[in-house]
Formats: sequence, C-alpha cells, structure tokens
Amino acid sequence: MSTTERPVLQKKDYKSDQDVRWCPGCGDYSILNAVTGAFAKLQKQLHETVIVSGIGCSSRFPYYMETFGFHTIHGRAPAIATGVKVANPALDVWVVTGDGDAMSIGGNHFIHAMRRNVGLKILMFNNRIYGLTKGQYSPTSEQGKVTKSSPMGTVDYPFSPIALSLGAGGTFIARGVDVFGPHLEEMICRASAHQGTALLEIYQNCNIFNDGAYKTFTDKEVRDERTLAIEHGKPLLFGAQKDKGIAFDGNFKPYLVTGQDLGKAYVWDETAETPAPAMALATMSEAEFPVPIGVFRRREKPAFEAGVQAQVAAARAKKQGSLHELLHQGEIWDVK
Amino acid sequence: MDQATTTTTFEKPIQDLDQVVIRFAGDSGDGMQLTGDQFTRTTALMGNDIATFPDFPAEIRAPAGTLPGVSAFQLRFSSFDIHTPGDAPDVLVVMNPAALKVHLKELKKDGVLILNTASFSALDLKKAKYEKDPRTDGSLAGWRVIEVDLEARTREALANSPLDSRGKDRCKNMYALGILYWMFHRDMEPTIKAIGQKFAKKPEIVDANLVAMRAGYAYAETTEIFQTAYRVPPAQLPPGTYRNIMGNQALGLGLVAGAQQAGLQLFLGSYPITPASDILHQLAAYKNLGVVTFQAEDEIAAVAAAIGAAYSGSLGLTTTSGPGLALKSEAIGLAVMAELPLVIVNVQRAGPSTGMPTKTQQADLLQAMFGRNGESPVAVLAANTPADAFEVGFEAVRIALQFMTPVIVLSDGYIANGSEPWRLPDIARLPAIPVQFAPPGKPGEKFMPYQRNPQTLARVWAKPGTPGLTHRIGGLEKADLTGNISYDAQNHQHMIDTRAQKIANIADAVAPATTLGPDHGDVLVLGWGSTRGAITSAVLQLQKQGHKISASFLRWLNPLPKNLGALMQNFKRVILPEMNKGQLCMLLRSKYLVDVESYSKVDGQPFKSQEILDYLTKALASPQGGAR
Ligand SMILES: Cc1ncc(C[n+]2csc(CCOP(=O)(O)OP(=O)(O)O)c2C)c(N)n1
Ligand code: SF4
Ligand SMILES: [Mg+2]
Repeated sequence: MSTTERPVLQKKDYKSDQDVRWCPGCGDYSILNAVTGAFAKLQKQLHETVIVSGIGCSSRFPYYMETFGFHTIHGRAPAIATGVKVANPALDVWVVTGDGDAMSIGGNHFIHAMRRNVGLKILMFNNRIYGLTKGQYSPTSEQGKVTKSSPMGTVDYPFSPIALSLGAGGTFIARGVDVFGPHLEEMICRASAHQGTALLEIYQNCNIFNDGAYKTFTDKEVRDERTLAIEHGKPLLFGAQKDKGIAFDGNFKPYLVTGQDLGKAYVWDETAETPAPAMALATMSEAEFPVPIGVFRRREKPAFEAGVQAQVAAARAKKQGSLHELLHQGEIWDVK
Repeated sequence: MDQATTTTTFEKPIQDLDQVVIRFAGDSGDGMQLTGDQFTRTTALMGNDIATFPDFPAEIRAPAGTLPGVSAFQLRFSSFDIHTPGDAPDVLVVMNPAALKVHLKELKKDGVLILNTASFSALDLKKAKYEKDPRTDGSLAGWRVIEVDLEARTREALANSPLDSRGKDRCKNMYALGILYWMFHRDMEPTIKAIGQKFAKKPEIVDANLVAMRAGYAYAETTEIFQTAYRVPPAQLPPGTYRNIMGNQALGLGLVAGAQQAGLQLFLGSYPITPASDILHQLAAYKNLGVVTFQAEDEIAAVAAAIGAAYSGSLGLTTTSGPGLALKSEAIGLAVMAELPLVIVNVQRAGPSTGMPTKTQQADLLQAMFGRNGESPVAVLAANTPADAFEVGFEAVRIALQFMTPVIVLSDGYIANGSEPWRLPDIARLPAIPVQFAPPGKPGEKFMPYQRNPQTLARVWAKPGTPGLTHRIGGLEKADLTGNISYDAQNHQHMIDTRAQKIANIADAVAPATTLGPDHGDVLVLGWGSTRGAITSAVLQLQKQGHKISASFLRWLNPLPKNLGALMQNFKRVILPEMNKGQLCMLLRSKYLVDVESYSKVDGQPFKSQEILDYLTKALASPQGGAR
C-alpha cells in the first residue's frame, strides 16, 4: 500500500484517549511528545505499530499511544517483543522500558535482544532511579547516591547502558535527552530506520525522586559547554562556538583539544567496525568531559527475525511438509 | 515367561510364549539404549504389542564401569494388549558387574541372565563395589546364567574388519542383540536397514555392526548353551496403520497437528531442560510445516516470547520441566490476564529443586494449578500414555484457542521416554479447530478487546496489523469490555469471577470421565498421568478375580470432568495412586468432600503393576479402608 491512499495523520492522532498519569513535570511527557512527533513525521500506521513495555512509570507509555500496546511484566518486554516480531516481522515493534526494567530485572533479555539483533526499537527511559516504587537506587544510579534504600549512599558501581549495549553487540546505539526535543525526535526517527535492534537511551528527569539528575549538563546555561552532540562524519566539537574538541590517544583514551589543536578532534564514524571509540565516549568521565549524545554506533547486520523466517521459507521451498507425512514418519506397519 | 505350547524345528525346540520382559543393562557407553531401541522397532514391526522404559543414568558420562554410570532399557512385548513395560524382567542382559549389581535383584526367579564375562576383572569388580566375584560365590543361584565373553566373541567375528580394537569392542552390543534375536525368533532385516541408514557415511561401521549381530545370532543357534528359542506371536491390535512412538514425540506431533488444523503458525519458545528438550529438537526440524522455534536465553524469555507470538496472532507454545515452570509462573499470570492462547508443556521430573532430572514424578500438579500470584486459573490436562500424548497435545491447542487461555499440559519422564505402538489417527477425521480473529474495525467505532463469547466467555483475539483494532492491554486489572486500566472494586471482583468461570466452562467442551469396568461398585481406582498402565493391569486382574473394582483415568485436572463427583459417589471407596505426596487426592477431597484414599510413591520410579495390585488386594481385604 502506498501512503498516498492513507489519511495523513497528525501528531495528536497518535495519542490515545487515556488521561496521562505521570507526575506533573515528569520528563516522560517530553518523551511522549517527541515520539508522537517522530511518528507523525514518519507517518506510521497505527495498526501496524506495536508498543511493548515492562513495568515502571516509563512502561505506562503504551496506554497513552493510539497504537497496539502491551504493558507486560517487569523486565520482560524485550523477550515478549521478540516473540511479536519473530512471529510477525511485518509489524513495527517498539519497546519502552526504564533503567530498572531493562538494566536490572530484565538485564538478561536486554543483552540477548542486542546480541540477536531482533528488529526492535528500544526506548530506555533512564532517570537513574526506580520511579514507580518511589525512589530506590537503580543500576544506573551514580555511586554514593542517597536514596530510600541507601541512606548512607550506594556502594554499587553503576553501568553505562551504552557501554553494555556495545559489549552485547548492539547494532544501533544512541542517546537522547528528554529536554532536547528536536534532537530526541531525530534520534527516534533514526532508530526507526534501523534494521535490527536499535537502542535509544533517553536521559529523563524524575522530578519527584531524582530531580535534577542531569541538570549539570542540560540546563540552558551550561548545555553547550557540557554536552557533545556527536554526528556522523563530523569532528567531535562542542561549546557554543564549537571551539573545543575531543581527541583520542593511541589507546582510545580521550583528551580535550582547543585552539591550534582543534584539528586533532576525532572525526566521528558511527559505522566504524571497531567499537573502541564508541566505548571510549560511553565510558568517559561525566565530570571531566562533556556528555555525548547522538548515535554512537550503527552497523548493518541481518535482523534475527529475517534469518528465522528465511529458514522456514527455505525448508518449505525445499519440501513443503504435510501432516500426513509427519505422522507417517519412520517405520510404520499395518494391522489388518 | 508364561509357558505355552512347544514345537520343535529341525534345529532346536521353539516354545510359544504370550509375553516377555527383557532388560538390557550396561555402561552408558555400551549402547544399551540403541540395542533396546532396535529390538523394539523390530518387535513392533513383527506385530507384537510392546511397551518400553529407558532408565537413563544421572550422569551423561559417569566413570566407566561404576554404579552411577549404569544405563538400562526395559521392554515388554506380547501377543495380547499390554499396558506397561512390565515389572520384573524374564531376561536380563548385563554388560558389566555394575549393571549386574544394580539390576540383578529385579530379575524374575528362574529368569535368564546373560552376562558379559569380558569385564569381570578384579578392577571391574572393585568399580562395581563387589568384594568377591558374584559368579563364583553363589550369588547367582536361582537364575539361569549364560556366560558369554562378548568382547572376545565380537573380536573373533570382526577379525577381518578394518576397525581398531576399540571400534570392534563397540560392536559387542550388536553381538548381544544377535543372540537375543535368535532366542526370540526376531527378524534381523529391520535392524540391517536401520544400521545401514544410521551410519550411511561409514560403511566399515555398518559392516562391523551387522557382522557382529549375525555372529551373535549364529553363536546362539549353534552352541549348546542356548537350548530353546521362543516365539511370541503377534498381538491382535485393532486394525490400522501403526508406528512405535515415544511420549515426547507424540506430544510434539499432537501440538503441530493442532496448529495445522487451526491454520496457525506454531511458535515454540523454549530453553533446554531434561526431559523436555527433545520436543524442542523435534519441532526445530518441522520448519517445513511453518513451525518457528526459538531457543531463548532462559525459561522466562521462552514463555515471554511465546506470549508475544500469541499476542501477534500465532499459537504460542513453551516446553519445559518443573524448575522451568517455576520460572515461567509470573509470565503465565500475564497470559491469564491478557487472555491469550498459550500452551505450556511441563514434562515433570523428580524434584524438588534440581532433584533427579532423569527420574520421573508427578509432583508438579499443584504448581500447575496454583503456582502463580493472585487468583490465576489456567486449564490443566495430563497425558497418560506415550500415544495418548498426541491427543492431549491436540486437545490442549483446541482448548487454548477456543477459550483464549493458557493451558498447561503435564507429562512426565516415564511417558516422555517410554514408547508403545500408536495407531495413527485418520487425518481426514481430525477435527478442524476454528479460529476467528476480530474483523477490521469500522471507522468511528471503538474496539472492545474484552468483548466475550457469551457461551465460553472467551474474549476476542485481535491481531496487530488489522486496521481499526488498536487497543492497549496488559497485566494491570482491566475494565471489562474496554480493557482500560481499572481499579474499580466491583469490576475487579467481576473480572476475577469471569476468568474463573471461563476455565470452569471448559468442562462443557471436554469428554466426561469414563470407567474401566462398571460405573459403580466397591472400589474406584482413580489415576491421572502415567500411572494409567500400572493401574489398568492391576484392576483388570482384580476384576478377573471377581472384585467389584473399576478404574477411571482423568485427562482433565482443571476443570475436572463434570460427572466426577457423581461417579465417586457410586463407589464405596475411592483410591488414588500418585507419584507425589497426594496432590490430586488433596484437590478431590477439598472439592468433593469425598474420603479419597491416597496411595503415594515418590522414589523416582514409576509404579509397578504388582505394587498397585498388592496395595489394592490389601485394601480390598480391609474394608474399613487404609491398606497402609
Ligand atoms: C517482579 C516484580 N518485581 C518488582 C516489581 C516492582 N517494581 C515495579 S517498577 C520497578 C522499578 C522501576 O524502575 P524503572 O524501570 O527505572 O522505571 P521508572 O519507574 O523509573 O520509569 C519495580 C522494582 C514488579 N512490578 N514486579
Ligand atoms: S515518579 Fe518520577 S518518573 Fe515516575 S511519573 Fe513521577 S516524575 Fe515521572
Ligand atoms: Mg527509572
């Protein structure tokens, strides 16, 4: 079907009639706005789109979208979505999850979805806290964080979802921020275009339990100096005047360059075979360096569901099975 | 071996028997499973009724010659209808002292013991924890012992084979098989064909195996040690086309047949676990029937993917054993809430925890019934013989689709790996399984995902991709009809009641309980799952003795058949043998307030029919109840 035969959908057409129940001021509202904006831009068909989520504030997301939605159980959304996509690859399948949902209870499913390269678009709302259960620390909370369950500060070290995804063999790995609307919308469109698993980590402010988690680099006054928007084919430059850059030494250790050295800034290649530069960006210190956003990695690799269905098709092309044949396999005999 | 007529050929006398039980026992590397399997195929093709019971060692490769490494295969074949692989063997073949130690005590008095003398060195005896050589200290008195040095005989026979001596020794099981083929008058052709196919790429191995088998046959025919050959005439099985089938295989076929009759893609999400893995292996080979298999990262992902597939319009299936079912609990609860068609197979093994993975038990019934949070009813049914697993698989699919519900199929290790002749169903007569997806929605009309069929209470199945049907569902309680989130008290009560009633309604769509024998009398023996064979044999014998005893075998455990309560009232006593601590017994007592007596056994071994016979005989002699 060509899109011309279909009615043009407006941004509002992607919103369901359900009242949105996030706390006023929650970053999730901005994400909902960016997703509907991106979907309208892409003219996604409501009935061909399925959004699967786990459990958490973030995972309430499907109820607010006028697509097919499945709000499942804590941590298992990537596994359920894998079943949806493999059983019917024609569907456009999205996963909405949180840092607790995807990195903690669902860590196993998350890494295996990345490894298999299933055609799922995973939007991970990372607020570095458990929102729904009212404020315990999560696997992405910074060490020492004081929460209800860590009155003396956490002892745990956090992990970087981007680094984890790189390690798991992810083929599309990107980061956006709730308050950077247009950039976020672009990231969603780019994730949508990817074949195979796309991970979009979205920094999201939980203004109730972890307010200001990202303010040191997202506030308007500091934004230009403290964030690094990475773009394919362009040098890693930041600052209002783009007068600072990031370069790597021979061991992919990052360092700052300015002035005459600006030419040494690393030219970003999101399709690079080696994950080393992406890993270096994903793990560089937030305190010392600007926070990278954009597409860290994009590699072309056949999607899992295509491989699975191709085997089925090949087996059928070789010899279409029949129930009769199936039952009459092996040695059979007749009793008269 | 029950004696019958004796005839004499020009060589040696042939005796007719109506049944024989043979057990092969040896090291796991001795090829006992293969030997048993060949004997079984041949015997099935010769028209006997047959039942088999492989008993695998706990370890894949325990140290050679030790007690934990012993692997056995028992088979019983007959000229009449049989229900179990038999209790005590008539013939025991042991390849080493460890096998002798483990299995001798079960050999019938006067039974034939074929003993491989090649591995009776001091070291072999020590590994089997024998202080003295059992062949010389009188421990074998009371049995007809036939000693054969299988290694030496096989090597002699293979003098011209290019195989090295290790390779030659590997053929000794075929030499033993040859001996038994002569003893029991079996045709060697099917094995010749099978070995030829199995090792098609290695002609020297085919040759060696067949030469060894023929040599064993000739040895038995010519030496004096073997006095008589036996013949078991074919059984009078109902007319039809037959195939020998194992429980796991039959279950897999039933599920595939169900999906085919429903015209749906079958999606299996699974994670390997004994004794269920074979179903995954089997279905992975059925891609040409459109079956999709997915080996997940764990059991949770396996069931989750199956739920995702069901959500998107396929038939979702997941296969596992007890510990895996425990991991799947939460997700099954989601399928209960989302009301999606999902079949969950639990091939039970001995628990708790890792338990004894290669041994059998029926102790997951209550887990299947109640092992989820909240009021979370699912349909539960059980296969009771290897061949029955086909129908059970098919029925599970039918009910899952008709009622939009998860269905748990219980099998167990005994059924999974046991085999029996299976009369193939007439495909033209397999019932169609109608599936109706919700039609595309009309513009302006709101789709109601929880609209129900008034009769079954099944909700509509809306396939993503269909225009006008977009909706949101999930594990949160939902308002009736719309499926929107609802915390309304009355609605919650209503939805819980509705989900329970929907499962109860299944009783209208399945067959009532029937009895073996009259539907009233003194004692009703109830059974579910794999106890069927042993109970049948025992009850038939007691009926012959004139007792007013009947048996009934339950396929459906949730819901229970509608007539069960009334049926139990027709008997003075109800006795229920189970391989658990009385789980179904507890359910029946609480539901019907009937004083069901539990006969429990949890040793990892199936009931022997003699055990049940003894128990029932005692029970009949003590009319007050309680044979214990
Ligand atoms: C099996 C299970 N364990 C625990 C919970 C409780 N629980 C619900 S959401 C959640 C954490 C959510 O954190 P996150 O994924 O970061 O989502 P957020 O609310 O922050 O968006 C937990 C622990 C649950 N629902 N299910
Ligand atoms: S608790 Fe935090 S994450 Fe959850 S809705 Fe409120 S602000 Fe948003
Ligand atoms: Mg969170």
